[in-house]
Amino acid sequence: MPELLFWPALVAYGEAAVAYSSARFSALGTWGVRVGWLAQTALLAFQAGRAEGFPWSSWAGSLNLFVWLVVSTYLIWGCRPRFRLLGLSVMPLVVALFVAARLGGGTETGDRPHYGNLFLVVHVGCVLAAFAGFTLAAGLAGLYLLEERRLKRRAADILRLRLPSLVALERLTKRTIAVSLPLLTLGLVAGFVRLREHGGGVDALMAATLAAWAVYAIFLGVRPAGRNGAHLAIVGFVLVIVVRVALAGTHF
Amino acid sequence: MRLSLVGISHHVAPVELRERVALPLDRAATLARSLGDAVCLSTCNRTEVYVADDDESAALSSLEEVAGEPLRSVAYRMHDEAAAVHLFRVSAGLDSLVPGESEILGQVRAAYDAARPGPFLDRVFRQALELGKRVRAETAIGESPASVPAAAAALAQQVFGELEGRRVLLIGAGRIGELAAGSLSARGATIAYVANRSADAARELASRFGGEAITLEEVPSRLAEADVVLSSTGAPATLIGAADVPARRKQPLFFIDIAVPRDVDPAVGDLDGCYLYDIDDLEAVVAETLAGRRAEAERAERLVALEAQRFKEWRATLDVVPAIASLRAWAEEIRATELAKLGDLPDDERRTLEAVTSQILNKLLHLPTVRMKEAAAANSGEQVADVVRHLFGLEHDRR
Repeated sequence: MPELLFWPALVAYGEAAVAYSSARFSALGTWGVRVGWLAQTALLAFQAGRAEGFPWSSWAGSLNLFVWLVVSTYLIWGCRPRFRLLGLSVMPLVVALFVAARLGGGTETGDRPHYGNLFLVVHVGCVLAAFAGFTLAAGLAGLYLLEERRLKRRAADILRLRLPSLVALERLTKRTIAVSLPLLTLGLVAGFVRLREHGGGVDALMAATLAAWAVYAIFLGVRPAGRNGAHLAIVGFVLVIVVRVALAGTHF
Repeated sequence: MRLSLVGISHHVAPVELRERVALPLDRAATLARSLGDAVCLSTCNRTEVYVADDDESAALSSLEEVAGEPLRSVAYRMHDEAAAVHLFRVSAGLDSLVPGESEILGQVRAAYDAARPGPFLDRVFRQALELGKRVRAETAIGESPASVPAAAAALAQQVFGELEGRRVLLIGAGRIGELAAGSLSARGATIAYVANRSADAARELASRFGGEAITLEEVPSRLAEADVVLSSTGAPATLIGAADVPARRKQPLFFIDIAVPRDVDPAVGDLDGCYLYDIDDLEAVVAETLAGRRAEAERAERLVALEAQRFKEWRATLDVVPAIASLRAWAEEIRATELAKLGDLPDDERRTLEAVTSQILNKLLHLPTVRMKEAAAANSGEQVADVVRHLFGLEHDRR
């Protein structure tokens, strides 16, 4: 059954990643995202039904859940034509991470978690939801930088290839981070409470996560405008990617 | 019945002639009613009369009467499919001076509503109106601005999104600047200040937009309060330099410089949070959007072609509809006559007989009806209809 759900989801996400590259087919891209999301939701539901507890506690499993959260967050805005380029930046990443989750066995059933379910739901769920939000925020910040550059260069096609306005992109980036940071805080607190109760040290992944938290806290505290804000959101996202991909082996 | 069209437009007639035959809506409707089943579409770029008649000469005479001169050499005349396709292209905005302009669809609707045409023209105009809506929904032909003032406002929206509450500083009282200010105002922006060399002109323009008149010397001190600066003076040197612009901490500042020579130092565009478009930039944007409209026009033409095919098929069925109606009436008459010969019958038996004979009739006539419509679609409807009339002795019913 996971096979039957994984492949349609991957094909649909892949179709979306390709379709978003053309304005004419962007509507097909949005349908690809929707269909893929439905298939992946069914996959997650199947995994949850079969598992004896929280089924996404492994690195690959959490990547699978992370992909779903990114797509879910993207669907909030991604169905609007002007956010087509957001899909173009997000969906290839989604496809790559989904394949990585698959190769790591994260789309299979049978994970037996080493931790309590409540802890995993709060810790993993909140951290991944926050990371999904930061991914979207980075996509929005990237769009901001692109649009800002086009306006500065006075691109003649600026009204043909329309993106959301600068102000809207900046506002959405801030809002997304404002929602995501409390989730990350909650997830981190849950992790540190457990660390304190059961003992253990701070690993590289935790340190990088704390660094990402600090970057986003500075973002919300200082509220840098324009390009500075967009650059800071992207710096935070680089740390998120480091946490999710490069340092995975140090924590799971 | 044929669809006929006679008219003049910007393609064939100069403005001096077009303005003579341009009719307000009520007069256009009166002219249409005087011609019987007709619709008169009159805008600044065209006056056209669509009639449900083989002969458009009466319509042409009416237009000539309005123009006060013969129009035969300039007016175009079209019939049936060509006339319908023309109407479809008009309502889709494809025949307009600026492809995809949106006003024409409302004007076609107004002309149709005012004329209240008969069933034939009603069908054609409803199809044209539906197509006009579809073209705008399914293509981006009308989305981009087609003029410098509209492009300026659209660019401001590209920076700020909704312009509601955004403050505009208008410098100069030039015509294009005023139009651009009007375009910004129409999208919700507030024309907060109007600065001009002439205090009277500044006051007059400020009162029109509900803003405050200021002097050119006050401009630098007001920049901090503005979101959009729109400049179109005839000043020989720049009015705003980079040093005049306050540092933008939170909100962008958008400069639209329509003046030649330019009013705003190009270095302003390099400042953080500042965006500057001069007249060349705006014209390049308009040229690009017009090119985009032309590309979208190709998609719109394909939709027109589909509707033209639908019209052709529907029009062809009109050739056989009278024959089908005669055949069915003839058969129904025979059925009623034969039933009447049965005399008094119990009600339930009569109902059964009515139902059975009606069913037999419908089954017998179904295939001939379908075949006649198919023949009509294949352009041989009239011949087949003649054969049917001849076979069943319906020649006297020929219409």
